[in-house]
Amino acid sequence: MYRNLTIRQKQIVWAWAFLAIPVLFYVVIRFYPTGNAMLISLQNWNLLGDRTWAGLDNYAKLMQDEVFWKVFKNTFVYLLIGTPVSLVISFIIAYHLDRVRFMHGFIRMLYFLPFMTSAVAMAWVWRGFYQPVPVGLFNNYLAAAGIPQIEFLRSTTNALPSILAPAVWAGLGFQIIIFMAGLRAIPRSYYEAARIDGVPWWTVLFEITIPLLKPTIVFIVVFSSIGFLRIFDHVFNMTSNDPGGPLNSTKPLVLMIYDTAFNAFDMGYASAQTVVLFLILLIVSLIQLRILRDR
Amino acid sequence: MAKFGMKSWLLGAAASIAAFAGSAANAVEIEYWQYFFDARVAAMEQLIENFEAANPDITVKMTHFPYADYRTKVAAAIPAGEGPDVVQLFYGWLNDYKAAQLIQPLPTDAFPADQVSADFFPMVGAMREGDNYWALPTAVRSLALFYNERLFDEAGIDSPPETLDEMIEIAKKLTKADGAGNLTQVGITAGMNAQDHHWFREVLVRQMGGEPYLDDYHTVNYNSDAGVKAIEFYTGLANDHKVTAFGFMDEPQAAFKAGRAGMHIDGSFRIGSLNKTRGLKWGVTELPANAAGERFNYSSYWVNAITTKAEGEKYDAAVKFMQYVTSDEAMQIWLDVVGELPAKPSVGLTDSNANNPVFGPFIRGLAYANTTKFANESGQRQILMDMVQRMDIEGQAATDAIAVAAEAEQKLLDDYYASN
Repeated sequence: MYRNLTIRQKQIVWAWAFLAIPVLFYVVIRFYPTGNAMLISLQNWNLLGDRTWAGLDNYAKLMQDEVFWKVFKNTFVYLLIGTPVSLVISFIIAYHLDRVRFMHGFIRMLYFLPFMTSAVAMAWVWRGFYQPVPVGLFNNYLAAAGIPQIEFLRSTTNALPSILAPAVWAGLGFQIIIFMAGLRAIPRSYYEAARIDGVPWWTVLFEITIPLLKPTIVFIVVFSSIGFLRIFDHVFNMTSNDPGGPLNSTKPLVLMIYDTAFNAFDMGYASAQTVVLFLILLIVSLIQLRILRDR
Repeated sequence: MAKFGMKSWLLGAAASIAAFAGSAANAVEIEYWQYFFDARVAAMEQLIENFEAANPDITVKMTHFPYADYRTKVAAAIPAGEGPDVVQLFYGWLNDYKAAQLIQPLPTDAFPADQVSADFFPMVGAMREGDNYWALPTAVRSLALFYNERLFDEAGIDSPPETLDEMIEIAKKLTKADGAGNLTQVGITAGMNAQDHHWFREVLVRQMGGEPYLDDYHTVNYNSDAGVKAIEFYTGLANDHKVTAFGFMDEPQAAFKAGRAGMHIDGSFRIGSLNKTRGLKWGVTELPANAAGERFNYSSYWVNAITTKAEGEKYDAAVKFMQYVTSDEAMQIWLDVVGELPAKPSVGLTDSNANNPVFGPFIRGLAYANTTKFANESGQRQILMDMVQRMDIEGQAATDAIAVAAEAEQKLLDDYYASN
């Protein structure tokens, strides 16, 4: 039977034979659990007993849960501060680093190092920095200079930015590398033409560099948005005494899901939260792709 | 030499295979599961060895998992007819395990309920339902007040506090601050995230004349004068007496280990890690009494239960094994190896155990300990942490803070008992 196929058909058969492995992998590892989570979100299940049908109860509970709305807001604060700040800083660094010749590789390595460091280790080190006297590095300096201490983590207003700072820093290295690749890809001839015309540097920046970096910016915005919407390690490790605290002021959605699933063992409710997170990620990504795509 | 070694090894192996084959013919093998913790596994290995020596026709196979996977594995295995015949679980999970039909009650002939109630410390009664016990502990844990002997000597304090008032006075002598008034050493640690939420619930509220819960822990009852007094006392340590700071050195036990805290309330499970802390000289005493001399304590424990998978001769073997792991001998071994307290007065209150300078205060605490029946321990702890945060960070009044906490905890309990 195989013999009777044309060469083109044989190629198709082989293509599918090879594709079958990743397809199977995705179905078993990704699509089946995703579908299962959606199903569990319509049920009540404590991991031990039988699953019972709950309909939309878990979603109704979610809408009325004050903590959920607080967490929802936090998640977007992480996104709306984290993404623009990290985008601007990484662009500025990449823009200037691109012109540096002296120890270029070494400086680039310094920026990339935090990205390769384990988020857990980094979070614990920063957690140490933020402590009050006598152990916290920052507050020890403040106290030595006679300035009142700052409550970094034990504050409902300061805690979220304090946690976000190392998370932004950790992601910078990756974004800088991508930006630099984007900058290198812009043809030199445009800059030469601009220089011949005597155009000022800001016109070059806003009329040539940034417009031509658009695909790079789209990639970084989508990529880092997904990262900030899913923030977990930094928050959990820096607040593990009171996860997402104080008073839920730093709790992101993923941490709430974890807590609901593995401390309260309320798998149905946790799955409903997961489905909501999935929808948020989907919508945010679609909006960004639409706004930032080429006309 | 090497050849000889090999030969004797082979002989030994052959002999043990023969012995195994010989006994395997009429042997029952039962499975025991617990979560992985070095000392617990070592102690259980010793218990199994003793048990098998006394019961040559039964072998016990122990399996252990990381704590994080434990519940999922148990839940998946037992309904599938796999997994343990005797299983270890946290006392707070008993309801869930019962409801999911993973465990069966202990037989009344081997474990007559009234006899068990008389033999064990009173808080184990939480495992009883009517004429049946569902599960029993080998060992229990309780709270006590650790103190730093070096700091006590330095401040000229002769003996640890007996009452709450003495505790505050001593704490004042142990507190140090820098020029700007920032604490650099605290008299006593404070943090609801550690063991203080148990101290508040089961000790302080009762000492102020209250009853933290009613209806078998289904109804929150600390929103009362006693509750307000208890939380005012607790937050007063930081705000009025200034002998502590919440979040000092990140974690209470870290401050105590670093020698920056004079006193620290913690559980018997902390003994091991304090012993390993170099340069720390510590002592331990019973939790302070109130002015009327009343003392209370909180106890928690892991229990063993027979699963619904065990039937026939495996069931009989499981009952025998349960009898052994709840025997006096097993409890003494557990105390010596793991450092967890015996669950029966007959072992705990022997002269050598009750007067042991380290274990004694914990063991004496068991006589007046209560056990909170948690629906979701970390959720209920969170509510008390938030209560203190609202007072400490947002300046909420004690009466409001405790009302909000009581309402939130009641809702959590109602939701839990409605679905279980």
